[in-house]
Amino acid sequence: MASSPKLNSRIPEGSLENKWTHLKSTVRLVSPANKRRLDVIVVGTGLAGASAAASLAELGYNVKAFCFQDSPRRAHSIAAQGGINAAKNYQNDGDSTFRLFYDTVKGGDYRAREANVYRLAEVSANIIDQCVAQGVPFAREYGGLLDNRSFGGVQVSRTFYARGQTGQQLLLGAYSALERQVAKGAVKMYARHEMVELVVIDGKARGIIAKNLVTGELERHFGHAVLLCSGGYGNVFYLSTNAMGSNVTAAWKAHKKGAFFGNPCFTQIHPTCIPVSGDYQSKLTLMSESLRNDGRVWVPKAVGDKRKPEDISEEERDYYLERRYPAFGNLVPRDVASRAAKQACDEGRGVGPSGLAVYLDFRDAINRLGQNVISARYGNLFEMYEKITGEDPYKTPMRIYPAVHYTMGGLWVDYNLMTTVPGLYALGEANFSDHGANRLGASALMQGLADGYFVIPYTLGEYLADDIRTTAIPTTHPAFDEAEKAVHERTQKLMGINGKQTVEDLHKKLGRIIWDYCGMSRTEEGLKKALGMVLDLKKEFWTDVRIPGAVDEFNPELDKAGRVADFIELGELMIRDALMRNESCGGHFREESQTEDGEAKRDDENFAFVAAWEYTGDGAEPSLHKEELTFEVVHPTQRSYK
Amino acid sequence: MAESINLKLKIWRQRNTKDSGHFETYDMPGVSTHMSFLEMMDVLNDRLIRDGKDPVAFDHDCREGICGMCSMYINGRAHGPLKGTTTCQLHMRHFSDGETITIEPWRASAFPVIKDLVVNRSAFDKIIAAGGYISVNTGNAPDANSLPVEKVKADEAFDAAACIGCGACVATCKNASGMLFLSAKVSHLALLPQGEPERKERVMRMIDAHDEAGLGSCTNTGACEAECPKEISISHIARLNREYLRAGMSQE
Repeated sequence: MASSPKLNSRIPEGSLENKWTHLKSTVRLVSPANKRRLDVIVVGTGLAGASAAASLAELGYNVKAFCFQDSPRRAHSIAAQGGINAAKNYQNDGDSTFRLFYDTVKGGDYRAREANVYRLAEVSANIIDQCVAQGVPFAREYGGLLDNRSFGGVQVSRTFYARGQTGQQLLLGAYSALERQVAKGAVKMYARHEMVELVVIDGKARGIIAKNLVTGELERHFGHAVLLCSGGYGNVFYLSTNAMGSNVTAAWKAHKKGAFFGNPCFTQIHPTCIPVSGDYQSKLTLMSESLRNDGRVWVPKAVGDKRKPEDISEEERDYYLERRYPAFGNLVPRDVASRAAKQACDEGRGVGPSGLAVYLDFRDAINRLGQNVISARYGNLFEMYEKITGEDPYKTPMRIYPAVHYTMGGLWVDYNLMTTVPGLYALGEANFSDHGANRLGASALMQGLADGYFVIPYTLGEYLADDIRTTAIPTTHPAFDEAEKAVHERTQKLMGINGKQTVEDLHKKLGRIIWDYCGMSRTEEGLKKALGMVLDLKKEFWTDVRIPGAVDEFNPELDKAGRVADFIELGELMIRDALMRNESCGGHFREESQTEDGEAKRDDENFAFVAAWEYTGDGAEPSLHKEELTFEVVHPTQRSYK
Repeated sequence: MAESINLKLKIWRQRNTKDSGHFETYDMPGVSTHMSFLEMMDVLNDRLIRDGKDPVAFDHDCREGICGMCSMYINGRAHGPLKGTTTCQLHMRHFSDGETITIEPWRASAFPVIKDLVVNRSAFDKIIAAGGYISVNTGNAPDANSLPVEKVKADEAFDAAACIGCGACVATCKNASGMLFLSAKVSHLALLPQGEPERKERVMRMIDAHDEAGLGSCTNTGACEAECPKEISISHIARLNREYLRAGMSQE
């Protein structure tokens, strides 16, 4: 298989370990005097966006940063709990850049680009240095040096953490660096603003239309380059662990303006979340993966056994992970644990009022180690669980169920993080690049900060070096007129529908379709059915949505309507992608492609490629472009955790 | 415990910053006690939209107690009655059948109301921009383990850094002071050796920004600590005062 001519991955020459060094020493530079004349737009201020905006401003570029929240400090990176991986080998346990690279490629089920992953592993150590210098209060040992913990899917301790709030502390570090540049005038910050359109002039990304969410006004912003750091699209499922506002709109607008979308069906379902408790449920809460170190997962052996857990004897319990995967037990990777929970519930052995939950039981750990030890390890998580459910996990087992957590898919980017639209970049969860078909724990924070602090400051120059003579294009240019007009017309259309269903009603319907047919387990038949359902839902949305209020005021329902409209279109693309990929890999499980004992079966002969989808117009089928994945160093094998 | 309760909600409605605002009362029958407070607000808004009325605007995002976006003054208390809990983590099982719940925005002149329960907290960003950072450009950092930090101090720095910037301290304080917020950042950075070089400048500049934003003075009543959803200790304000005194005495 050869890659599509439309996809140039720009992977540098040389051996794997020399590619990034080679690029850094040969990449084109922009002089300080010229940087001052170049404007860069950054959309989103999570780990990727805040670190990119701060670092580029430090270099001398003029940066404009946008976030929909009321402050850049609130981006959803803040909610990451567990930690951040780095190949520091501080524990002297044999870790190395190569091992981190290898674990990530294997964990991603061989659907990521080797060169990108190697670079990620290479810069991981610099991230920890940078964050510590900023004052990020990582956990330390009594000697004053940094502490590490281990995480699923690996055999070394390379995860740095700040209690259960690593994401918060890393984001506040990046946010403080960003605010420092705001004070210097190097970054102009636009909070409560949302990108609603990309402006393309002569084939290059040259700006955005942003909506001021307080006044409803549309604003035009020019940039010599535009960086999308707008996060993932897990909210396409309605219920997910993402924040309520997390959305795909910026990425989707870019997609419709020519940026190919990579592997949209690759989504991560996290096995340990608090189950749904009712129809009013607005989001799901994650319980850290670390709980599986001491908690044992089980369901009753008998179908429909509704007795209290304490009344079910040891012989009547099925510790199914320990039974099926004796080598890894309760610590199998996320995709495997999630599917096993679903199977147990599908067999009618699920617990709790809905039957969509399994037990995570700490009884044996408490008996073995004492309540104090368990409390020291997981106290804050137990409290959070009790706050939400009203049940005490020291006394009765937690009930957990898988939930959508992260999206590995995203805008297709080359090695320099540039999309198929020149001058348009995608960083962090918004791109597709490093995690293949399944992300390992504690690697999302690593990738967001790698992209923002250490990759884009180098690779952006390669493009902008040609742009030093381009003076700022006035926002009176016809391309801005046209983009703003398109947004305005779409808004008028939305407001004019005045139907019967709320935005939430329609979003819930979409979530149901995607979860049922394009969630933990997918079939050709189901996906075909879902495709029809989503196309119908799109019509329903555009004829029956009801949006209150007016355009020129603070109107969160209108903002949400725009996001849900984009999610519906993305949902269609996810289904098409899942249908096309007739193999199982990582988080993508096609029932047609499984081993005799029900494990995911890859098809490297036919599917060792990145699917990059091109938008071809409203209602038209998107075109598929393939980027061949070649493995020069790591040789793909069937993953086994037995 | 009852599975569902009937409530009345008395909610502050204000169209925009200029509007003078007023309370409106809504009946909320059959509220599930498993709901979160914000999910109850969702249910109310859903009904208002179906009835052709304007839904209640409120800030929220992560709904797991960490982003600091949610606010709401519930029955006279920031984030409601539960200690160490944000509004999004508050569940309806803590209210009783027949109760009237009063819901207001944060009230402070430095936090003007945008709409209903949504306020503008950009004053906090300005305080951080004035000095709530360590000046280290990307790429300049030495090896992370080159500078050991006493575990006790690192842990204390974390306790201060756990602030979510929600503004409950300002809303609670009778002077609308932002000192707990400010002190948490000053304390976090003052406790770490990395923060040492900018120690004096930082505290002076941040206090100036705080005062310019129209936030009030601290008179040590301790209400902020009692209502802080992250239970940030008022001892950080004591450290802030020492830092400020130290900086003032040693200025040239």
